[in-house]
Amino acid sequence: MHLLTELVASASPVDGGSVSYASLLVGLPLASAAVLLLLGRRADRWGHWVGVLASGAAFLLGLVAFITVLGRPADQRVLDVKLGTWIDAGSFHLNAGLRVDPLSLTFVLLVTFVGTLIHVYSVAYMEHDVDRRRFFAYLNLFVAAMLLLVLADSYLLLFVGWEGVGLASYLLISFWNYRLDYAVAGKKAFVANRIGDLGLIIGMGMIFAKVGALDFTTVHAAAASGSKDTALWTGVGLMLLLAACGKSAQFPLQSWLGDAMAGPTPVSALIHAATMVTAGVYLVVRSNAIFDAAPTARLVVTIVGAISLLFGAIVGCAKDDIKKALAASTMSQIGYMILAAGLGPVGYAFAILHLVTHGFFKAGMFLGAGSVMHAMDDQTDMRFFGGLGRSMKITWLTFMAGALAIVGMFPFSGFFSKDPIIEAAFVPTDGQPWRAWLFGTVALLGAAITAFYIARLFFMTFEGTKRWTDKADGSHQHPHEAPALMTVPMIILAVGSVALGGILATGSRFTHWLEPSVGATDHAEPVIPAPVLIALSLLVVVIGVVIAWRRYAVAAVPTTPPLGTTLTRAARKDLYQDVVNDGVLVVPGQVLTRSLVYGDRALVDGAVSGLAKGTVASGDLARRPQTGYVRSYASTMLLGLVALVVVVLALQS
Amino acid sequence: MIAAAFTAPSVAWTALAPVVVVLGAAVVGVLVEAFVPDRLRRTTQVALAIAATAGALVAVIALWGGVHRSGGTVVLGGSLLVDGPTLVLWATLALLGLLSVLVVADRTQTGEDSFAPLAAAVPGSEYEEQARRAGLAQTEVYPLTLFALGGMMVFPAAGDLLTLFVALEVLSLPLYLLSGMARRRRLLSQEASMKYFLLGAFASALLLFGIVLLYGYSGSIRYADITAATGTPGGTEGLLLVGTVLLFAGLLFKVGAVPFHMWTPDVYQGAPTPITGFMAACTKVAAFGAILRIVYAMLPGMAWDLGALLWIVAIATMVVGTVAGLVQNDVKRLLAYSSIAHAGFVLTGVVALHQRGITGVLFYLVAYGLATIGAFAIVSLVRERSGDSITGEATALSQWAGLGRSHPVLALTFTLFLLSFAGIPLTAGFMGKFAVFSAAVAGGAWPLALIGVLASAAAAFFYVRIIVLMFFTAAHEETAEAVVEDGAVAGGEGLPAAAPDELLTADVAAGGTATAVAVAPTLTERATATVVVRSEGFAAVAIAVCAVGTILLGVFPTPVLDLVDAVARFLQ
Repeated sequence: MHLLTELVASASPVDGGSVSYASLLVGLPLASAAVLLLLGRRADRWGHWVGVLASGAAFLLGLVAFITVLGRPADQRVLDVKLGTWIDAGSFHLNAGLRVDPLSLTFVLLVTFVGTLIHVYSVAYMEHDVDRRRFFAYLNLFVAAMLLLVLADSYLLLFVGWEGVGLASYLLISFWNYRLDYAVAGKKAFVANRIGDLGLIIGMGMIFAKVGALDFTTVHAAAASGSKDTALWTGVGLMLLLAACGKSAQFPLQSWLGDAMAGPTPVSALIHAATMVTAGVYLVVRSNAIFDAAPTARLVVTIVGAISLLFGAIVGCAKDDIKKALAASTMSQIGYMILAAGLGPVGYAFAILHLVTHGFFKAGMFLGAGSVMHAMDDQTDMRFFGGLGRSMKITWLTFMAGALAIVGMFPFSGFFSKDPIIEAAFVPTDGQPWRAWLFGTVALLGAAITAFYIARLFFMTFEGTKRWTDKADGSHQHPHEAPALMTVPMIILAVGSVALGGILATGSRFTHWLEPSVGATDHAEPVIPAPVLIALSLLVVVIGVVIAWRRYAVAAVPTTPPLGTTLTRAARKDLYQDVVNDGVLVVPGQVLTRSLVYGDRALVDGAVSGLAKGTVASGDLARRPQTGYVRSYASTMLLGLVALVVVVLALQS
Repeated sequence: MIAAAFTAPSVAWTALAPVVVVLGAAVVGVLVEAFVPDRLRRTTQVALAIAATAGALVAVIALWGGVHRSGGTVVLGGSLLVDGPTLVLWATLALLGLLSVLVVADRTQTGEDSFAPLAAAVPGSEYEEQARRAGLAQTEVYPLTLFALGGMMVFPAAGDLLTLFVALEVLSLPLYLLSGMARRRRLLSQEASMKYFLLGAFASALLLFGIVLLYGYSGSIRYADITAATGTPGGTEGLLLVGTVLLFAGLLFKVGAVPFHMWTPDVYQGAPTPITGFMAACTKVAAFGAILRIVYAMLPGMAWDLGALLWIVAIATMVVGTVAGLVQNDVKRLLAYSSIAHAGFVLTGVVALHQRGITGVLFYLVAYGLATIGAFAIVSLVRERSGDSITGEATALSQWAGLGRSHPVLALTFTLFLLSFAGIPLTAGFMGKFAVFSAAVAGGAWPLALIGVLASAAAAFFYVRIIVLMFFTAAHEETAEAVVEDGAVAGGEGLPAAAPDELLTADVAAGGTATAVAVAPTLTERATATVVVRSEGFAAVAIAVCAVGTILLGVFPTPVLDLVDAVARFLQ
C-alpha cells in the first residue's frame, strides 16, 4: 500500500501538450463513421476502404504517441490532454480531457492494431453483404467509442465511451436484424449491459457525493488518502464491479455473450473477444486506487473472476457451436483477468498482459472460425466439421497457434501471460493462505479444462473424419482456403499469438511499462515454489489435451450429441443461466410490469383521461359565459370586481 | 397677476425624447393626411412611422447610460418617472411597435392591406365597393398606431394617477378605432370595436373611481404622496382598499386578466390581425409596466392585501386562459386565450413581490411580445382562396391542416412561436417562464409557480395540437366547404371551379399572388382553399426578426437578463 501511494504521487499527470493529437485518435474513426452513415448508398463502393483507412490512421497515431511516451522518463509518462470545459454547472466543474498513459496506450495499440486487421478481414468477409458500408460505419463507431473509453480522463467521459461501445455492440450483434433471433440476441446484450451501466452510474454518483469530482486524478488521490471510508469505497468498488460484469460478461451477467455470437464473425472477434469485453478489466485496473482502498470489494472481484473462469470453461466443454464454444472460452479467459485484477498490485499488470495476448490469440481464433464458416457454407456445428485441416492449411496453422497460446503451452504467448496469473493466485493475499490455495487451485483447474475444451474444439474441427453435410442448395461441400484479405490478418495475429507473450514478458518489460499507471508489481512468494507451479500447469495442460485427443481425434465423433452426464447436459444449456435468469428476474419482472401496466391503465390512464375530459368539460364551462353580449361581459366584470373587493375587505378585517 | 405667478416648468426634454419622437411623429402624421398628395401618402406614413419607432429606440439607447448611472430622472414635476424599468419598457415598446408597424404596413402584391378601404362606408354597400375599386387606403392607421404607442409609453412611466388615466385614454381610443377597421368580416370587426369601446369605457370609469377614492384617502394623486400616506395609519383604510381594487380593475382589464378578460377573445378575433398583434403585445407591456410600478413603488405597504388580490386573479387567469383555450377552433381566439393565460403567468412574477420579479416580468414581456407579433403576423398571411381570388384570413383551425407540407418554412416559424408560448426550452418563452416562476418561488409564492407550471403543461397541449395539425394532418376536404363570411371580393363566385393545377396557373397569370394547397375544389360548391399570400415582405421581415429574437433570447438570455437586471430599480 505504501509503495503504491508513493507511486501515485510520483506519477502525477503532466501536461500532455506533446500528445495533443490524441483527440484525433477518437476523432478519425468517428468522422469516418459519420461520413459513411451520412453519405448513405453513395459511399457503397469505396466506403469500406475509408473505414480501414480511419482505423489504420488511428493505429499509426497511437504508435507515434507510444513512441513519444516511451521516450519520456518513467515518472512523466502519465499525460493529460485538456480538451476544454465540458460541464460547468455551479459547484460541479468538469474539464473534458484525455489521459495518455501506459495503460491507455496499451489499449489504444491493441484496439487499433487488432481493429485494423479485422477491418481488413471484414472487407472480404462481408463482401457479399449489401450493407457492408453500414457495417464499417458501425465498426468505426465502435473503435472511436472504445478509444474514448480507454483515453478518457474522468469517469463521466469514460461512461460516454462505455455507452458508445455498448451502442456499437448492440448495432453489430443485431446487424442482420431481419433474423428475429439475431435481433433478440442484440436486445439481450442491450439489457444485460444496462444492468451493468446502472452499476457504473450509481458508482459515479457515490464517488461524486463523496469526492465532488469525477476525474481520475482527484478521485484516485481521494481514494488513496481516504482509506478510512472503507465502507464507501467498498460500495463504489462493488458498483464498478457490477459494471465490469455487465460489459465483460462475468458472472452473474454473463448470459448475453453466447447469444451475441449472432453478429458477424469479425464483430465477435473484435468486440466480443479482443476489445470491448475487456473493458471491464480496464475499468477495474484503472480504478486500482479505489480497489486498494476496499479490500472486501477486491475479494469479491477475485471470487467473481474465479466463478466466471470455471463457469466459462465448463460451458466451453459442452458447446458444439464453434462460436459459442469460443465465446464461453472468452468468458473464462476474462475470468482469469478479473481474478488477477482482484488480487491487487500483485496482479494488475498480469491481468493487462493476459488481456493483450488474449486479444491476439482469441481474435485470431475467431477469424479462423469465420474462415471455417466461410468455407463450410455458414455451418457452425462442429459435429459436422472434421478433417478440415487438410483443406485449409493456413487456417489450420494459424488456429493451432492460437490454440496453443490459449492453453498456455510454452513458449507461446499464453504461457507468459497465464502462468504469472496462476502464480499470483497462489500468493497469499492479506496474510490469508486459504485464499492462495483456493484461487490457485481454481486457476490451475481452469487451465486444465481450458486445455481440454480448446483441444476438443480444434480436433473436432480440423482433425478426425469428415462429417460434412451438404450445402443449403444441396451441392457438396468443397472447403477452400479464404482469400488473402482474410488470411493475412489471421497470419499476423498468429505471429502475435506465438511471439508476443515472450517478447513482452522477457525482463518484466511489460510490467515496468505499466508501472506509472498501476503501480509496481509486488513480488511475493507463492505457497508452492514457482518452478513446481510451472511444471504443474504444463502437466495439466498436456493431460487435458491428451484426453481431448483420445476422445475427439482418435475416437469417432458422433454427429448427434450423446446424452452425456448431468454436468454435460447442464453445460450445454449454459449451466441453466437462462432458466435462472428467467426464474429470478424475468418472471417476477413480468409479473411486476403486468401489474404495473394494469395499474397504469386503471389508475394513471384513468386519472389522465379523466383529467383531460374534465379539462375539456371545464373548458366548455369557461366558454359558456362567452356569450358575445356586452351586457353580460360588463356584469361579469362587475361581479368579479365586487367579489375581489369583498375578499380584500374580508382579509383586512 | 396670474401671469406673473406662473413660472414655466423646466422640462427635461432629453429624458422625454422617446415619447416626444413618437407622439410628434403621430401629430406630423395627421398633417401628412391633410397635405401630402394621395399617391405619396402611404409611403410617407410608413416611412414616418418606422422612423419614429426606430428613433424612439435610438433615443432610449442614448438615455440608457445616464439612467443606469443616476437611477432615473423625475420629469415634468413628477408626472413622468424616467427610470430603469421605464427605459426597458420603452425599448420593448419601441421595438415591438416597430415590428407592428411593419406588419400593419404589409400589403399583398395586389396592394391590399388589412384595413378597410374606407372605414366609414357601410359594410357591403356600393359605396364601399367603389372605394375598393378606387384603391383607397386608410393611411390614418399609422398616426393612430403611433398615438396608441405614445400612450403606451407614457402609461408605465406615469408618476401620478391623472397622467396614468390620460395615458390610458391616449392608448385606448386609437385602439378602439383601429379594431373596427378590418378589411374583411367588417361587421365582426365593428362589433369587436364597439364591445372594446363599451367595456373599455366601463373599465376606465372604474379606474377613475379608484383614482378618486385614492385621492380621497391621501389628498394627492402623486404616487410618492400616496406611498407616504399609506405609511401613516388613519381611519380611512377602506377608501384605500376599495380605491386600490378599482384602480387594479382598470389595469387588469387592459392586460385581459380574469374576471376582466371577457372582451379579449371577441376583440382579438374581430380586429384586423396586425392590430390584434400590436395590442396583444404592446398593451400588455404597457399595462404590466404600470402594474409593476404601482405594486412595487407606489403601494409596497399594501403588499399583503394586494398580494391576496393578485393571487386570486393570477390563478383564475391562468386556469381560465388555459382551460378555455383547449376548446377553441379558431386560431385568433386560441391565441387570445393563450394571451389571457400568459397574463396569468406574468402576474405570478408580479405577485412574487421580489426584486427578481421585476426582471422576470420585464424579460417575459419581451419574449411574449416577440412571439405574439410574429404569430399574428403569420396568421395575417394565411388566407382563404375562393376561385382565383384571395379572400379573408383562414382562421379556422381545420384550415391550417397540412400547412406544414405546403409551406414548411412558414409552418416551422409558427411552430417556433407556439413552442415559445408553450415555454419549451431553447426558446425565449422558456426563459421568461423560468424567470417569473423562479421569482415567484424566491418570493415565497411557490403554489402560484406550481399552478403556473401545471397550467403551462396543460396549455402546451393546445399549442402542440396546432403543430400536429399543421405537420401530421393532411389538408381536409372539409376545408373546401368552409364558408367565406363576407363578399368583399366576389370575383370567385359563380365561376366554374377549375382543377387545382389550372388554378395555380390562373394564379400565376394573375400576378402570382398565391400558391395552392392541394385541395381539390368540387365543381358544385363554392370552394375555398388555404393559401399563404405573397406580400410585399414587410411582415416577413417582422416575422424573421421575431423568430431570431425568440431563438436568441432562448439560447443566450444572459446578456439581456443582465442588462435588464442592472437597471430594474423603480424610482421612488
